[in-house]
Amino acid sequence: MKFELVVNGNPVLIEGNPMDRLLDALRDKLDLMGTKEGCGEGECGACTVLMNGEPVLSCLLPLIQCEAAEIETVEGVATGEASAFLERFVSDGGVQCGACTPGIIVTAWALLRDNPHPTRQEVQAALAGNLCRCTGYEGIHRALGRGAADE
Amino acid sequence: MKAFAPRSLDEAMVRLTEDPDLRLLAGCTDLMVGEPEDRLGLPGVLDLRGLSELRRIEWHDDALEIGAVTPFSQIRDSPEVQKSFPALAEAASKIGGWQIQNRASLGGNMANASPAGDSLPVLLVLEAQVVLVGPEGTRTVPYREFHLGYRQTALGPGEIIGWVRLPKPPENAMQFFRKVGAREAQAISKVVVALLADVSDGRVSEYRLAAGSVAEVPLRLTEVEKAMVGRAAKAEIANLAGHLAAQAVRPIDDVRSTAEYRRFALEQVVRRMTLQLVRRVPE
Repeated sequence: MKFELVVNGNPVLIEGNPMDRLLDALRDKLDLMGTKEGCGEGECGACTVLMNGEPVLSCLLPLIQCEAAEIETVEGVATGEASAFLERFVSDGGVQCGACTPGIIVTAWALLRDNPHPTRQEVQAALAGNLCRCTGYEGIHRALGRGAADE
Repeated sequence: MKAFAPRSLDEAMVRLTEDPDLRLLAGCTDLMVGEPEDRLGLPGVLDLRGLSELRRIEWHDDALEIGAVTPFSQIRDSPEVQKSFPALAEAASKIGGWQIQNRASLGGNMANASPAGDSLPVLLVLEAQVVLVGPEGTRTVPYREFHLGYRQTALGPGEIIGWVRLPKPPENAMQFFRKVGAREAQAISKVVVALLADVSDGRVSEYRLAAGSVAEVPLRLTEVEKAMVGRAAKAEIANLAGHLAAQAVRPIDDVRSTAEYRRFALEQVVRRMTLQLVRRVPE
């Protein structure tokens, strides 16, 4: 079957089984390698993408439920308004091994876009579904604690 | 594979009647976790997420109706749920993380019928009714009679879980929810507990207690309830409540915990909840 969706602003047509994972379609069919598979069972958050603006796990998302949806991956976030935040994420030590980074960036940006100055508690709640295997949460929190834009 | 994403409940019923083997899809946060063959080899799927009838939160007579595929994030943020059903709002905020809450639903939790479903003890203490939509119309089943056994429900062939009805809880009753997992978020529960209770004239007047991950299905702990109602609301009864709760369950050892730890955790959680209940009573 064919599914029409919008990925990072571009309309795309994906052919596949209705129960194929969006994660695989992004990586194998659209060559968007930024979205990572961590656990593949909804535990780690590495494969987070935005669906109609809301963070979801692309490893748990079948294509049939992506029809007509707007998907934004880490590539889309990275080329948008998030650039100041991304630079700070790096300089504040938000990146260690990098496995969780794309998912954390996507989830964090979904938070900051609506709430440019989140409290520590709001950051914790937003990132509860993103595991950092290096346990590098301090740097991640530091970057988010400084808000959406450099001020 | 056949795949349908109907836009109305009527259309969904037509599809399901023609093809009763279609697998119903809600948030897919359980279905997608299994082996790839389990999902790719399905004869067909019927996506319920586009049905507005199944995606709503609204008062109807004296009950709050929550559509079966309404995501937990919407339940978590709903002023109606927060005001009248704080235990459900709390549960919705503790199920998975943000990403899972944007997808997972009460309907999915109920259909999946896991002993560890976090919302299920809450539905038990709120005495939820489940409205099932079938080719012949709707029928309403108490949630307590819906979850029949380990991954078994009363959902009949050709039926869809439409919505739950939550009767207005007793005025001033306190509600508690607590899940105990390996970490605060995003962990399948070792034990999950819900309590709805009230005190009047210095005595426990209402005490509805339910727990998950402690037996094949989430349970109302009726022995504890009977022992608590009518007792003077004093701190001592908290120990008794915890003790009786630990006696009332049949937990197992598995990958997430041991029977011994589950009993211990349940005892402590019930004790603390009961203490909170008692302490909020004005002297």
